[in-house]
Amino acid sequence: MTDAPVTHIPLLSVEELSVEFRTRNGTVFALEDVGFALDKGETIALVGESGSGKSVTAFALLGISDPAAKVTKGRAVFGGLDLLSQPEKVLRELRGRELSMIFQNPRAALNPIRPIGKQIADILLRHGGATGQTAKAKAVEMLAAVRIPDPERRAKAYPFELSGGMCQRVMIAMALACSPALLIADEPTTGLDVTTQAAIMDLIRDLSRERGMATILITHDLGLAAEIADRIVVMHAGHIVETAPTAQLFANPRHPYTRRLIGATPGEGRSLADLTAIPGGLPDLRKAPLPACRYSARCERRAADCEAPLPRLVAAHSLTACHHPLS
Amino acid sequence: MTTVAAGLPADKPRRSTGTAAFLRHARYVIGENPVTAFSFGLFGLLVLAAVFGPALVPHDPLASNTARALEPPSAEFWFGTDQLGRDIFSRVVVATRLDMGIALASVVLAFLMGTLAGTAAGFYGGWTERIVSRIVDTIMAFPLFVLAMGIVAALGNTVTNIVLATAIINFPLYARVARAEANIRRNAGYVEAARLAGNSEPRVLLGHVLPNILPLMAVQCSLTMGYAILNAAGLSFIGLGVRPPDAEWGIMVAEGAAFIVSGEWWIALFPGLALMIAVFGFNLMGDGLRDLIDPRRRT
Amino acid sequence: MLQLIAQRLTAAVPGVLGVIVVTFLLSRALPGDPAAYFAGPAATPQAIEEIRQKLGLDRPMWEQFIDYIGDLVRGDLGNSLTTGQPVMQELVTRLPASAELTLLALVVAVLVAVPLGVLAAVKQGSWIDHLSRVVTTAGVSLPTFFTGLLLVYVFYYKLGWAPPPLGRLDIYFSPPDHVTGFYLIDSLIARDLELFVAALGQLILPASTLAVFALAPLARMTRASMLAVLSSDFIRTAKAGGLRSHTVVVTYAFRNAVLPVVTTLGMVFSFLLGANVLVEKVFSWPGIGSYAIESLIASDYAPVQGFVMTMALLYVFLNLLIDVLYGVIDPRVGIDA
Repeated sequence: MTDAPVTHIPLLSVEELSVEFRTRNGTVFALEDVGFALDKGETIALVGESGSGKSVTAFALLGISDPAAKVTKGRAVFGGLDLLSQPEKVLRELRGRELSMIFQNPRAALNPIRPIGKQIADILLRHGGATGQTAKAKAVEMLAAVRIPDPERRAKAYPFELSGGMCQRVMIAMALACSPALLIADEPTTGLDVTTQAAIMDLIRDLSRERGMATILITHDLGLAAEIADRIVVMHAGHIVETAPTAQLFANPRHPYTRRLIGATPGEGRSLADLTAIPGGLPDLRKAPLPACRYSARCERRAADCEAPLPRLVAAHSLTACHHPLS
Repeated sequence: MTTVAAGLPADKPRRSTGTAAFLRHARYVIGENPVTAFSFGLFGLLVLAAVFGPALVPHDPLASNTARALEPPSAEFWFGTDQLGRDIFSRVVVATRLDMGIALASVVLAFLMGTLAGTAAGFYGGWTERIVSRIVDTIMAFPLFVLAMGIVAALGNTVTNIVLATAIINFPLYARVARAEANIRRNAGYVEAARLAGNSEPRVLLGHVLPNILPLMAVQCSLTMGYAILNAAGLSFIGLGVRPPDAEWGIMVAEGAAFIVSGEWWIALFPGLALMIAVFGFNLMGDGLRDLIDPRRRT
Repeated sequence: MLQLIAQRLTAAVPGVLGVIVVTFLLSRALPGDPAAYFAGPAATPQAIEEIRQKLGLDRPMWEQFIDYIGDLVRGDLGNSLTTGQPVMQELVTRLPASAELTLLALVVAVLVAVPLGVLAAVKQGSWIDHLSRVVTTAGVSLPTFFTGLLLVYVFYYKLGWAPPPLGRLDIYFSPPDHVTGFYLIDSLIARDLELFVAALGQLILPASTLAVFALAPLARMTRASMLAVLSSDFIRTAKAGGLRSHTVVVTYAFRNAVLPVVTTLGMVFSFLLGANVLVEKVFSWPGIGSYAIESLIASDYAPVQGFVMTMALLYVFLNLLIDVLYGVIDPRVGIDA
């Protein structure tokens, strides 16, 4: 899809992914023509406001979307397989083994009445070819790998006996138990206190480097994305508006929304007064037909030709969907 | 001050949207759910039977005619005749008034006692709350029908005591709901405002807290009405309260029970069906009303 | 574990006290002269006076209450007027009949309602979901005594599959040696299969009648609770881990969903113990419910009082069991919760 050479096959290549939610109050066009690619061992970040479609993208890739969600178009080729057209049976084999995901609000994301060691062992028994005994030992090993002290004893603990940060470590241990090729981390630090946040992010970064694992970080926090992602994919209202290597995106944002987003992100050497809010809100995604550019209503660079179908401006390693990009 | 009230759609803010909006909502809920409309129809039918039944029935419900005893349903006797030759159709229709009367009276009584005690407990807290909770817990420590049996046996075998017993076992349901709702509201903005305006505590309770709880309690009424009918009929089935020859569904089923094993099914079937339809109607209507008044609890 | 039980036992004490106070008050609330009531309709004034003194009704209320508790501790619930037998003895003899019927009904109800509720939730909107809705709505609307009669008419009179609704055993059989008092179990202990089948035949209709009644709240709660759990975060995690749908539904969802169902059992027991009385009357079941009804009609008060007390204590005990069961399933229930 991009400027990748013909011989280069990415680990995951998402093309023209469109998802709709059929609800009682009408159809929500949650994703439209979303496309991005990810190489082996690469870390990218999906960044955008809440409701921009980041999690919907991840759920669609794993085939764990809400029953109301329908993939209407697109491909997601992962290791030669199109994930979107695979039957549930095949996806179930891949999930947890090749593709893993960790979620926000880790305490609620763990089974409250099952010891955490058992929950990790469940995944191992399912995919890892482990037996009862080895699964138990491997689960303890995983707890140690995510730097949980006294893993032997903690394996018998229930989620309510652990802190939020500990629970997120357990989630990571579960996700990495079968050494997947791709990890999707959906707002992994939301709801954790600041010091824990940093520790969890360090852990995710270290482990994915150690294991050569590709990572998709989903976050609304551009600063966080900048710290660990090689490339950043900016989403707005179900569209990808800009994709660029991290340094380039910050140094030279091309989409007006990206610039606004950077302007709204606190960083070093910037005071609170420097921050600017992004005007307006996300458009109502139920109204069909939606404008070609879903940002146009909030955009200060809007012009008459913004009504035309969005262009894909391809530059070196970057892609911008805008008629009037910043230079 | 609106933070609490905002979470309670049944509260004052609804006033501003007016009766018309409520009716629109009602039409929407009923239109959406034909079952609710059906249950309102059933309810209307029951009320008609209770009010006009005795004047309309084809036969005297109490007149026996042993020459024509135990006849199966026919053109003359739609539901057949019982062991004394009385017309079962007439008896089933006439019984509506007594059955509905008992259930309604006990529900109203439970509603009054439960709402007042529960609201006071939730509003005042402290000792009031402890005493009410203790009473509620004690009643709930009994299997309810068994407690009703005990009460009727102790107070005397009369219809009034059936009403009283049914009211007592329903009391905890009302008291609990009312207590919880009053508890949420005791520091709501409009309650504080009423206090600041110089109203005394009892006045705040009766004038400002109670009216906001009433719609929810009304839902509770129709939800427990079916249970009250079943309970009263059960008591008369085992020979408490209503005495022969009065027509009442529970006692009619009991009279017909002896004839089931010899194949005279109609004596027990028709009053039993009437009972079932009435209870079924009230249960459906209760669910419908809940959707109407308290959409939060929709399942 | 033991600590949990001990703590729940302590928590049950106010309930038991409440039950005792209420039954005492009920016995003193008799309209007119309680002594005359206890003496029965045919008693002479002299006999009434004797009863009054024997019952201590001429003494202050609190003294009577202490006597009452003393009697309870000694297991003395008074004597039946009609049979002259101690009420306690009669209740103990009849209790197994009621218990066997109620427990079998509960087992049947749980075995039907829980899978029905789970399937209705997993296959939301399917025919099984609609079936479960019909069954649960009908179940709460059917008066138990009426269901019982319908079953008798169809399965005894019309089809002839069931034995006549006349008690625990056909007259051609003699009851098994008393071990547990449950005919099903005792007949198996006696290795008498024919007797087992006969006892089961008698039990099926009344137990089904009760089960239909208990089924509705259980199935409804199972469905609602499964639906809530299935949409929770940790189920999504389990799916993201690629766990088999069997593991997701049973090990992850069901075990969590069962907790509110266990709580509902308390209400179900309240229904069952009450409905049991009506069913016993329909099927001439020689349990404590029938005993209470016979005594009620004969204005024989002591057995009724004993019955109410027994049922209430049984109910308190069952609620205690439910609490302990809940604690076993849910690790979050602390000792001091």
